[in-house]
Amino acid sequence: MRITSPGDGVQLSRAPQFLLASLRGRLEVWVAVLVILTAAGFMLSRGVGFSIGLMTLFTLWGMLAISLNLVLGYTGLLSVGHIGFYGIGAYTVAVLTTNPRREFLGDEVIQIFAWPFFAALPVAVLLTGVIALFVGLVFSRFRDDLYVLASFGFAIISLNVFVNWQWVTRGPFGIHEIPKPAIGGFVFNDDLEFLALALFFLAVVAIIAWLIVTSSFGRVLKAVREDEDAVEVFGYRASHYKLAVWVISAMMAALAGAVFASYTSFVDPHSFILLESIILVAIVILGGLASIPGALLGALSFVLLEEGIRFIPLLPPEHVGQARQIILGVLLILLMLFRPQGVAGRFKL
Amino acid sequence: MSAQTDGRDAQPAIALETVELEKSFGGVHAVDHLSVRIPRGLITGIIGPNGSGKSTLINLLSGTLPMDGGTVIIGHRRLQTIRAHESPTNGITRTFQEIRLFPQITLMDNLLIAMTRRSVFSSLFQRGRGARRERAEAILWAIGLWEKRNDLAEELSYGQRKLLEIGRVMAMDANIYLFDEPFAGLALHMIELVKSLMRRLRAEGHTIIFVSHNIGIVRELSDYLIVMDSGELLAEGAPEPALNDPAVIEAYLGN
Repeated sequence: MRITSPGDGVQLSRAPQFLLASLRGRLEVWVAVLVILTAAGFMLSRGVGFSIGLMTLFTLWGMLAISLNLVLGYTGLLSVGHIGFYGIGAYTVAVLTTNPRREFLGDEVIQIFAWPFFAALPVAVLLTGVIALFVGLVFSRFRDDLYVLASFGFAIISLNVFVNWQWVTRGPFGIHEIPKPAIGGFVFNDDLEFLALALFFLAVVAIIAWLIVTSSFGRVLKAVREDEDAVEVFGYRASHYKLAVWVISAMMAALAGAVFASYTSFVDPHSFILLESIILVAIVILGGLASIPGALLGALSFVLLEEGIRFIPLLPPEHVGQARQIILGVLLILLMLFRPQGVAGRFKL
Repeated sequence: MSAQTDGRDAQPAIALETVELEKSFGGVHAVDHLSVRIPRGLITGIIGPNGSGKSTLINLLSGTLPMDGGTVIIGHRRLQTIRAHESPTNGITRTFQEIRLFPQITLMDNLLIAMTRRSVFSSLFQRGRGARRERAEAILWAIGLWEKRNDLAEELSYGQRKLLEIGRVMAMDANIYLFDEPFAGLALHMIELVKSLMRRLRAEGHTIIFVSHNIGIVRELSDYLIVMDSGELLAEGAPEPALNDPAVIEAYLGN
């Protein structure tokens, strides 16, 4: 505090500095307020139907972002393969719940189960957990760069299975008419009802993730991220912890996939390409590494960007996709330069 | 570990013994058929020229490096292999020559890591509250970092990080504490603090082994001394006679 020379110039130059400092110190708060206000304004201006769609997309990305943040933000494992688990969850529900009417693909008969959604959901989650266990056992040999490459391989392999295992997945044709969830005669048919269900699942995922990261287990995950060898000296099996969080995270991604399949009532391999995985990594880094609210913030920002960019004037519709990726890419680079932990993050890559 | 104190003779009980312990890097014998006995409940200093195998010995005992041959006897355990995560089971904990904290977590969490459940499943249902937190706070007080308990470890100065690492091993319920160069790079008042912490551990009945280049501190602090050269034992025993051993003077102190 300078009292002796209270010149106007000093006062004026101090005010923006103070604002800037406050902006830096509380960037997460400011960005969260900005994003939520933008989302609210955007939804109010576009109407109810649009808002429900936007929010449902947000719940899907939110679940995925929390799932990946457990692995990437808390444990420091950069996985670009999470979209594979998302796909396995979606396809399991699709295959188990589809209606017998569309069972033929050429001469091949597609397996028909026609299970209710709530019976298929736990199977999808558990099956993904088992697959993740085996994948994770292989991955536990890798660290750092090799881990990224291995997870990259997993994303490619799972996509190829979706495309080529036509007897089950119907390949590029996709699986249609996936029914909406129904429980005891009540069908979540209406978009708003479905949104409520999706929000419920998002809440379940967020609460489980919060319980995990605030437990002793979560503390060990962070220590593994910081120094895997040192944490062993303190009696922890780092590989066991990595495997456990990997399986839990994969099951969360599968849950998101199951909700996605039921929401769109159609799955085909195009939803599970590598680019989606990379977008997911971007969302997590954008929102904040090692932060659950950060993951949600990242998901909301991305959904806003994805849906909002269409309304930018003078942008030809055919370039919307590219523009979105450019903006996301620039945001990522800016963050890596100036705030490597993401907006609300607790961990710098 | 009073249960294991065997009163066979008047010799001080042995906390840890190595028999023909071996470790090579390429063709170099970093630890060469080393057989030493570390007395229980005392402070043992290890000295030797650079590359004499002091840190390698610490790394072998804590399982940070796998041993090539020989046996380590800790209490009733005869170990042909030591894996890092078994250290607490062996009653061993250690600090590192280059500080290895968990930089991007808080000081408090750095200490709690040393105290929480080790199994994956039960740690999921444990929350770091109550007695453990109080003990962590007491240790933070002792090392003078209580006010920074919620800061990230990476924000500390070099000396403070060194102290936190010592605090982290104090949070372990170990019998044998291995300190690799605990005084290197510390200011005088911090050196005094670390000395007093090590004496406190000794007063509680623990066994302390430390590696140092500072002969003055070694002379002052050690109850027992091991002098190594080229991975071999050059001398052992009470500090003064060991330091005055002609072989030690020639090999370690030069001329």
